[in-house]
Amino acid sequence: MAGQASAADSMAQANERGSGGGSPQSAEGPPSRRQVLSSGLGARPKWTAKQVGRVKPLVFILALYPVAYWIWLGFNDGLTANPPEFLIRSSGVWALVALCLTLLITPLRRLIGQPALVRCRRMLGLFAFFYTVLHVWAWAYWERDWSLASMWADILQRPFIAIGAIATLAMLALAFTSTRGWIRRMGHYWQVLHWLVYPAAVLSVWHFWLIRAGKNNFFEPYAYGVVVAVLLLIRLGFYIRNRWLPGS
Amino acid sequence: GPYAGKPNPDYVVMDKLTAEKDVSTYNNFYEFGTGKQDPADYAGKMKTRPWSVVVEGEVAKPRTFDIDDLLKLAPLEERVYRMRCVEAWSMVIPWEGYSLSTLLKQVEPTSKAKYIEFVTAVQPANMPGLNDRIIDWPYVEALRIDEAMHPLTLMVFGVYGKALPNANGAPLRISIPWKYGFKSGKSIVKIRLVEKMPMTSWVKIAPTEYGFYANVNPEVPHPRWSQATERRIGGGVFAPRAKTLMFNGYADQVASLYSGMDLRRNY
Repeated sequence: MAGQASAADSMAQANERGSGGGSPQSAEGPPSRRQVLSSGLGARPKWTAKQVGRVKPLVFILALYPVAYWIWLGFNDGLTANPPEFLIRSSGVWALVALCLTLLITPLRRLIGQPALVRCRRMLGLFAFFYTVLHVWAWAYWERDWSLASMWADILQRPFIAIGAIATLAMLALAFTSTRGWIRRMGHYWQVLHWLVYPAAVLSVWHFWLIRAGKNNFFEPYAYGVVVAVLLLIRLGFYIRNRWLPGS
Repeated sequence: GPYAGKPNPDYVVMDKLTAEKDVSTYNNFYEFGTGKQDPADYAGKMKTRPWSVVVEGEVAKPRTFDIDDLLKLAPLEERVYRMRCVEAWSMVIPWEGYSLSTLLKQVEPTSKAKYIEFVTAVQPANMPGLNDRIIDWPYVEALRIDEAMHPLTLMVFGVYGKALPNANGAPLRISIPWKYGFKSGKSIVKIRLVEKMPMTSWVKIAPTEYGFYANVNPEVPHPRWSQATERRIGGGVFAPRAKTLMFNGYADQVASLYSGMDLRRNY
């Protein structure tokens, strides 16, 4: 079961298990003395869910930084000569950043031995969805003039738009089922569904790569690709360790 | 000043001019980076004096022109041209210059001169974008000779009555208003007349996306976006897109150059 938990990252906190050691720990409530001593990094005390919860408002405000930045640019003549293009691109990049931060939570809580960090994951995931919605809204309004027929034609004609649309649908399914109610109702299937975060991340990088393909300008898509790949490889490492080296 | 050309009433469009600031801070000039703001930020280091332009190849009188001699070759005219980028944005710009044909008559192209090639400067110390291997430098663009001889094809030395800012391709660029902007080479150091159709930079990078002709054509979409409409720079955040015109609105003057050609194949 530990292996399953390590693989099934998601946007919300459910069925949480401990960091690496194979023995389940609760992310809720104060840690026991044994848990503290068995922590991967020695005797460092575990943050409680409550402590992490207190930091969440700060994370929320930080996650709104792009919106504040756009507004500031808007009032300071900073949205370039082509504001629609700037906002379409910027919202897309921030959606990808938020998605990478969401994917960072699970490896981070294992690496620093702080499983309670999971309490920030759903919020970051929902911010990734929020910036995705803004990105899609910007495309629909500025590129397709709110015409459903024109949007549909764009999806059918252009692979990179279709790939972005599929990633958006995956994000929509994850955001929609991110509540406690859905976690409870879906049971085991919730984790299966939330595997969709991996294809969503890979498709997002692919979408970014394709829009740059005609200009051979790949530095940024490669950079995000490397970040996503590293985050997924760390998970794979934990998965293998838990699956085949249960005693470590 | 010396760059304020006499307005030529034959070349005026009724559209509102794009703000001077936008014209020189929103550019594609990959020698300085791929960002639109990069040319404005980094092109200041480019040396534009001394500057000479080599005109060679299939011409009776090959010659190297000093930029200051080129400026005196003919009186500058001010012409207001639409500029349509292949990325589906557009501007309206008052250029200062004279027809390229004026220069070409000086060097007397031979009967073998079927095409003309424009080579952009390479200054490794002053062009940070050269480190990106996106383009096989130098940047090369080209036209068919009849396109080059068309009076609309302009050698540009200034904009808005002043010398070209470096970001716009100082000290000499080309403007071909019925073609997508990338056809109009900037900071030209060499003009070569040749017999065979040259390989141009964007055709080399992505032949399925950029053709040799690159005439503005609302009916031929780019693989990644439609060309049916365009965003006029400076229109504001909520301005609707404008319909793109065939040959960027210059069909009356240039459509005959392409009679009988399949413009979907020759895009």
